[in-house]
Amino acid sequence: MALQTLHDMHIRRRSRNIGLGLVLVGFIGIVFGLTVVKVQQLGATQAFDHVLRPELLPGEVAPE
Amino acid sequence: MTDLSATRAIEGEAQFGDYFALLKPRVMTLVVFTALVGMLVAPVAVHPFVGFCAILFIAVGGGASGALNMWWDADIDAVMRRTSGRPIPSGRVTGGEALAIGLALSGFSVVMLGLATNWAAAALLAFTIFFYAVIYSMWLKRSTPQNIVIGGAAGAFPPMIGWLAATGSLSLEPVLMFALVFLWTPPHFWALALFMRSDYDDAGVPMLTVTHGRPATRRHILAYSIVLAVFAVWLAVTAAGGPVYAVTAVALNAWLLRGAVQIVRRDESAAEADRYLVEKKFFKFSLLYLFLHFGALLADAGLRGAGVL
Repeated sequence: MALQTLHDMHIRRRSRNIGLGLVLVGFIGIVFGLTVVKVQQLGATQAFDHVLRPELLPGEVAPE
Repeated sequence: MTDLSATRAIEGEAQFGDYFALLKPRVMTLVVFTALVGMLVAPVAVHPFVGFCAILFIAVGGGASGALNMWWDADIDAVMRRTSGRPIPSGRVTGGEALAIGLALSGFSVVMLGLATNWAAAALLAFTIFFYAVIYSMWLKRSTPQNIVIGGAAGAFPPMIGWLAATGSLSLEPVLMFALVFLWTPPHFWALALFMRSDYDDAGVPMLTVTHGRPATRRHILAYSIVLAVFAVWLAVTAAGGPVYAVTAVALNAWLLRGAVQIVRRDESAAEADRYLVEKKFFKFSLLYLFLHFGALLADAGLRGAGVL
C-alpha cells in the first residue's frame, strides 16, 4: 500500500503548490542574500574571543 | 471518470497565474521601471543586491495595492467587458482571497523594504498602497471625474520610493519625477477615453468624457500637457538631468504640445471622419514619451557613472 494516495485535490492544486514553493524558496534566498550583504557592510568587526583583548576595553590603549 | 472530474476541477480552480494576475503585472512593469530609474539616478550608490530587493519589494507593494483594488472593484469589473475576465469576476478567485493576499503582501513588502533599505522608503510605500487602495479605489474613483488625476498620483510615487531607498531623504529631483508621471497620466488616459467607447458609464464610474463632455476633455488634455511640459523640462536643469535628458525633454515636449493643440482644435465630427487618428497617435506617443524621459535620465546617470559628464 502506498504511504500517500494521490488525491484529486493534489492534481487540482499542483500549479499553485509548485508556484508557492518556488516563491518561498526565493524568499529564503533573498533573506539569506540580504543578511550576507548587510553583515559585509558592517566592515571589520571584533570582539572578545576567549582571551581578553585590552584594546577593546574602553579607555585602554593597545600595548605596543 | 477520475480524469474527467479532475479536468473539470482544474478549469474552475484558481491556478498560480490567477493569483499572480491579482497583482496587475502590466502596471507593475511601469512601477519597476520608474522605481529603478529613481534609485539609479540618486546620488547615493546602492549595493546591487539590496537594489534588486528594493525594486522587488516596491513591485510587490504595487501588486498588493492592485489586489486590494480588484477586491474592492469586483462589482465594477464584472460589468465592464475589459475587466470581466479578471480572477474575481470570473469566479476563479474569491474576494476574500484577494483581500487576504492584498493585506498580507502589503505588510510583507513594507516591512521587507524597511529592513532592506530604510524606514522612510517603507513609510512612503505604505502610504502609496493606502493612497491607491483607500483614497483612490474606495473613496474618489466613483465620486469624481478627476479620478484619473488622483489615480495617477498613486502611480507616480515609485520613482520617489526608489530615490528614498537609495538616499534616505527627498529633494527636488524625485519630486519632479513624481510630477512627471502624475501630470502625464491624465492626458494619456483622456486621449484613450476619446477614442475608446468604454463602459465606465454602465459601471457608474464618472469619466470626464461623460460628465463634462468631449470638448472639455480635449481642453483638459491641452492644459495638463502645458503644465507637464514645464515640469518635464525643469527636471533637465536639476542634478538628475543632463544633456541627453535635456535634448530628449525639449524634443518630446514640443511634440506633446503640438499633439495636444491638434486635439483641442478638432471637434467630434472631424475626429470621427478620420477615426480618431490624431487622438490615437497622441496616445501611442504618450507611452513612448514616459519611457524615453526615464530612459534619458538613466542614460545621463550612466554617463555620470562612467565619468563622461
